[in-house]
Amino acid sequence: MPGPLTKKVPTPNPFWLASAPPTNSGDQVKRAFDAGWGGAVWKALGQPIQNVSSRFGSTNYFAGRHVGFNNIELITDRPLEANFREIAEVKRLYPKNAVIASLMVESRAEWRDIIRRAIDAGADGLELNFGCPHGMCERGMGSAVGQEPKVNEEITSWAVDYSTVPVLVKLTPNVSDIVPHGLAAKRGGAHGVSLINTIKSVIGVDIDRFVPLPRVGDLATNGGYCGAAVKPIALHMVAALARHPDFRLPLSGIGGIATWRDAVEFMLLGSGTVQVCTEVMLRGYGIVGDLIEGLTEYMRTHGFQRLDDFVGRAVPAFREWGELDLNYEVVAKIDATTCIGCQRCLVACMDGAHQCIHPDPSGSRVPVVDESECVGCNLCQIVCPVDGCVTMEQVANGYAPATWREHEAAGVLLRPKKGSHG
Amino acid sequence: MTRDPLSPDRTEVVFADAKPAYTPAQAVIEAERCHQCHDAPCVAACPTAIDIPGFIRRIATGNARGAAGTIFASNVLGMSCARVCPVEVLCVGRCVYHEQGLPPIAIGRLQRYATDAAFAAGWTFFQRAPETGRTVALIGAGPASLACAHRLSVLGHRCVILEKRPLPGGLNTTGVAPHKMRADRALAEVDWVLSVGGIEVRTGVEVTDPEALEREYDAVFVGVGLGEDACLGVPGEDLPGIFGAVDFIERLKLGTVSLAGVGSAAVIGGGNTAVDAVRELRTLGVPRVRLVYRGGESAMSGYAHEWDVAKKEGAEAVWNAVPVAFEGDGAVRRIRCAVTRDRRPVPGEEFFVEADRVLLAIGQAKLGEIFGRLPGISLDRGRVVVDADGFTGRRGWYAGGDCANGGKEVVNAAAEGRRAADAIHRHLQGGRDA
Repeated sequence: MPGPLTKKVPTPNPFWLASAPPTNSGDQVKRAFDAGWGGAVWKALGQPIQNVSSRFGSTNYFAGRHVGFNNIELITDRPLEANFREIAEVKRLYPKNAVIASLMVESRAEWRDIIRRAIDAGADGLELNFGCPHGMCERGMGSAVGQEPKVNEEITSWAVDYSTVPVLVKLTPNVSDIVPHGLAAKRGGAHGVSLINTIKSVIGVDIDRFVPLPRVGDLATNGGYCGAAVKPIALHMVAALARHPDFRLPLSGIGGIATWRDAVEFMLLGSGTVQVCTEVMLRGYGIVGDLIEGLTEYMRTHGFQRLDDFVGRAVPAFREWGELDLNYEVVAKIDATTCIGCQRCLVACMDGAHQCIHPDPSGSRVPVVDESECVGCNLCQIVCPVDGCVTMEQVANGYAPATWREHEAAGVLLRPKKGSHG
Repeated sequence: MTRDPLSPDRTEVVFADAKPAYTPAQAVIEAERCHQCHDAPCVAACPTAIDIPGFIRRIATGNARGAAGTIFASNVLGMSCARVCPVEVLCVGRCVYHEQGLPPIAIGRLQRYATDAAFAAGWTFFQRAPETGRTVALIGAGPASLACAHRLSVLGHRCVILEKRPLPGGLNTTGVAPHKMRADRALAEVDWVLSVGGIEVRTGVEVTDPEALEREYDAVFVGVGLGEDACLGVPGEDLPGIFGAVDFIERLKLGTVSLAGVGSAAVIGGGNTAVDAVRELRTLGVPRVRLVYRGGESAMSGYAHEWDVAKKEGAEAVWNAVPVAFEGDGAVRRIRCAVTRDRRPVPGEEFFVEADRVLLAIGQAKLGEIFGRLPGISLDRGRVVVDADGFTGRRGWYAGGDCANGGKEVVNAAAEGRRAADAIHRHLQGGRDA
């Protein structure tokens, strides 16, 4: 595995603030470093822009508030001089913390100029913003670059030429396959990539005014989706690059990281550092204390001394479907002592899965699993409101492991199908 | 309809709402907690089998109108039941959150939220079927008759409710503890029920010749409830200062009661009326209020959750005691009590309980007697005997509520009234009971 990015851009811990509203000014970044953040990717710098009002939107699922979030804010709307002056001040006051300058400009001359000014201000690294899916891409920047591997490679090579500090490329998820884009950044000479940027999205619609959200007067536009809901997409893209044999660059994981558990998951799939935005927007810089403590305790309980001991640890287990063992078999077990009798598993199985959980004929509220039909899908465990009540337990069925290919090519026997009620 | 307006100065208005209404935000947060059980135990515990997870999900999505419609589809008295049901021993008592060691869903308060919203907005949910040309008489205008009449009206039958009192609503109007619901709310519910149309309420009409009703109506529903407070039949019971508890509660709800100068009150009995009376006396400022009950605390039929609140409000109790005489000079001053064992007085073991106000809450008279004279209708200790559909055994005669069940909750009356309506409908269509 590639070494953690922290070796190229050293920070006291792997928790960075992503380039976004929380890193919009020197005052904010100083408070973030006081709170304990290891690094900050400064809100993207470029030519002056004007932002709209309003800018953010959120999606809820019943009691789950802000499970998804989006924005239509552009890069910094503050004067470049002020940003560089504040970067210099932050670096003077916090020499051990890393400031990474996120940059987004158009022409080669602009890239040369802004890279020089960022490094002169004291930036420890650069992050090339090839990701924003709204506003800037219409001007040929942001995701317009990230979606074209040749443009990506070319601009990355300019930046690497001009830079004396490490260069990261921030990738857009608004592509069908992330791998060619990661490889383009590598060919351009990038020292690492960060991903994902936000996903093109419409966060909702004002159903009384008939205008999508967030609303700007009587109009709206697509925004960039982020927050907890995007984590699975981000994890997939991180893992896809991490396991590609030709890639092997440091990864900085971004996308829905709210807790130390989320951070650990990104790390296990190959992220040496993680970047957080939405959760800080919702709850403030203070969450970093728990992120650090949770990660530290996780490492202690697993006997890990350093991040290298586990970064990428889950990558080898991430495979193509065709490599999975079709003879591996689990069935659901319901613990009657902790079951509260809500029977959500029963209705989920009957209506949404494979009709193998039934009422107990004796009248008990604890449902009964028909193990002969249980396909081991996990749905009952997922809907159960009691942690640990439903477990998925392996069945020793006597069949040797067999992938579909092994079955097709070598005739390895497959266990009988379940749940077909044939 | 016309009725005497309630006095704005009646005593009950001093009682605060025990469980204040949820705001929309509070209701949504509570609704979102619901596990949405399949074949939910709370529904099984509801006599009217309201689809509780169904209405709670509708609250969670901001569909208050749908939530109210879901409630009223099973129980047209859902507004009053939300306030007066002993949810602790019904739906809420069965919430699976108890199994998790977590607070159960506040089903009553959520039901109140949805039904109050419906009343406030004037939403309507029912459309009458075409007129059948049949007319049903309902005796008594309490919850059982109202639920029965509403259902019959929806099914296309006309209804005439005969009520001997000046106000409709039964115990919802005259007997519910005011911290749960005041009389004006009960009357508002009556108006709401009647707004479906096809139901005429005649107040001040006492039925003395039930058989005569058969000539005028196609079926009869008996929902007369219970009668006067029972007496102990002991010396001094007619002293001033001694009242029936049901009578006292009706006075404080519809009129005024004065407890000025009352230093010590006693309520005789151990049921829910006794507990309500104790709490009301305390709230109205009587310094010392004691329950006098012939059994021990665990034997009382009043709900433990209500008695626990009464104790917190300062009520006391004299257990295992029964009055043998009331004494006083011109007004009651003390109760001579006998010690009881197994709820029977022990001869010779007597003591005194000081009390200058006494309320008797030892039960109410049964009113079935005049119906019991009709061939086919039988009584069991004054109760009208009915089958599971409310059918009495006499062709066209049905009954429900307290007069048939002996005295249960509003929600039981609502369930029995509705079930009887469905049976009456089958009867009028030439079905089983024809």
